[in-house]
Amino acid sequence: MEEEVLPDKFKLMIRLTNIIKAYPLGKERLIVLKGISLKIESGEFVAIMGPSGSGKSTLMNIVGLLDTPSGGSYLLEGKEVGNLNENAQAEIRSRRIGFVFQSFNLLPRMDALRQVMQPLLYQGWSRHKAETKAQESLHLVGLSERISHNPNELSGGQQQRVAIARAIATNPAIILADEPTGALDTQTGHEVMDILTNLNKLGKTIVMVTHEPRVATFAHRTIHIQDGLIRSEEN
Amino acid sequence: MNILENIRNALGAIGSNKMRAGLTMLGIIIGVASVVLMVAIGQGAQKSVTSRLESLGTNLLSISPGSPNQTNVRFGGGSTSALEDTDADAIREFVPGLSGIEPELSGRQQVINGAQNANTSVIGTTPDYLSVRNATLDYGSFITQDNLTNVDKVAVLGPDTVLTLFPDDPDPLGNTFHIGKHIFTVIGVLKSKGSSGMTNRDDLVLIPLTTMQRRITGKNTLSSISVSVTNQENMTYAQQVITAVLLNAHGITDTSKQDFTVLSQADAVETLNEVTGTFTLLLGGIAAISLIVGGIGVMNIMLVSVTERTREIGIRKAIGAKKRDILLQFLVESTVLSVMGGFIGILISAVGSWIIKSYFSLDTSVALSSVLLAFAFSVGVGIFFGMLPAWKAAKLRPIEALRYE
Repeated sequence: MEEEVLPDKFKLMIRLTNIIKAYPLGKERLIVLKGISLKIESGEFVAIMGPSGSGKSTLMNIVGLLDTPSGGSYLLEGKEVGNLNENAQAEIRSRRIGFVFQSFNLLPRMDALRQVMQPLLYQGWSRHKAETKAQESLHLVGLSERISHNPNELSGGQQQRVAIARAIATNPAIILADEPTGALDTQTGHEVMDILTNLNKLGKTIVMVTHEPRVATFAHRTIHIQDGLIRSEEN
Repeated sequence: MNILENIRNALGAIGSNKMRAGLTMLGIIIGVASVVLMVAIGQGAQKSVTSRLESLGTNLLSISPGSPNQTNVRFGGGSTSALEDTDADAIREFVPGLSGIEPELSGRQQVINGAQNANTSVIGTTPDYLSVRNATLDYGSFITQDNLTNVDKVAVLGPDTVLTLFPDDPDPLGNTFHIGKHIFTVIGVLKSKGSSGMTNRDDLVLIPLTTMQRRITGKNTLSSISVSVTNQENMTYAQQVITAVLLNAHGITDTSKQDFTVLSQADAVETLNEVTGTFTLLLGGIAAISLIVGGIGVMNIMLVSVTERTREIGIRKAIGAKKRDILLQFLVESTVLSVMGGFIGILISAVGSWIIKSYFSLDTSVALSSVLLAFAFSVGVGIFFGMLPAWKAAKLRPIEALRYE
């Protein structure tokens, strides 16, 4: 396990240059991203907003290395990662990126502790060490009491907090949150945003997709996307 | 992720859908149980045939009429009666190293004692019968040379024949009974040789050879000559010498026209082993097909399971699972299913073998080798038929898997 904690050295966390994403649609090509260029610095909290179909989720998937761009360059911590093979992508996802999804995406049939241990086990941690680390992460999101509950025994807010604990357990450089409050009521949504804000204060770079302006106010910077292009940015 | 974690995961996944897992395993259970059981029955048969033949004496050569060239082995006498008393005399005179010579003439006859009536194998024989045929007298006396000379109507009975003819008499010695229209006196009873399966070696009537030839059949021929060789290493030599002596006695120079067969017990054991071996292979082969069908069942369910769990696969990939991890996850799952099925199958076959042994009096022998083979085979089935679904799961693109509803 190489713990690369070098946030100061890489001031520039993400640099996208003219990113294009196109899908074949019958004989045509559907161009979802038409050339996105943006920079995100280490320790930033960025919100990406846009109407549905604007390409913001596609952009998120490319940043998260779940998808590959059709063109353009993607530098993550100074390294080109846009066209890596699947296993290399998985390796970077595993060590540098934590995901928080709208629908929580917890694994079925697993208690909270095991959920959080899973990414550590994929990294090759021993069971014992993973357990300790997972307990720490769950403590950080205020779920120490519920570590032996399965997802169906937890409320939505609690499930999302488990997902956040899972995302931060591997000590990633970036947390990607795709509509993290989308499935939650205002109150619990607020709690989740507080946790993300705290993590940002601890030095995590956070990139969040949302369509709620109220949620976007937690971010330092908001990027608006429409029709596959960046339309405006505001601080 | 290490294999132990994978097995833990697999058990969790299997445990969450017990009904389906049970039905999937059923194919493997039936497959493994039938392979082990069928092979056990086959090998049991082989064992009992071998041991039965060996109890007849491994230093035994039997000479019967009929050409050996049609098939390798001829059992019993053919329709050609080419053996006569003079052949036995020639062997006695010219073949060295024999500890006993027993010419005999046998046939099925009606034996009668009042209301008791049975069709039994009646064998005309000589005093050498006991030593050559590995038989022992239970009580009474055996046929003597004097009985032969005097053409006496005396008989030694097998234990089952005693029960048939004299069901109420604890001591049949001195009793009389009929063979055809002749009256015979019981002088002795043989010890049981144990009867199992094809032939009953305890249901027979032994009478002097001369009595058989002159009183019952009226023919001066022999149905077979059995000889025991003193030293078992000289079996082949004795076989060759006997063949030469008899060819000479019959005046045959062209060996292809040989009208008798000299068969050693070892030959018979070997041939029967071949037969039962083929039989075992056949049974095992048929059972193996059911194991393969069971394996296809596993593959089927695993394919469904992969589709059902597409989203789970997507999540796992998002949190850092590599292709290899997913491949291993599903492979381990199908292997765990098969191994559990294999294990249960072996338990069932052990119980089944016990039932067959105790209720159908058929010999079974569950060989460790067949258990290991079936077990290894079921693991192989799990891996082989798990490969396709696991590969399908591993190569799912994370983004597509995550979007799957």
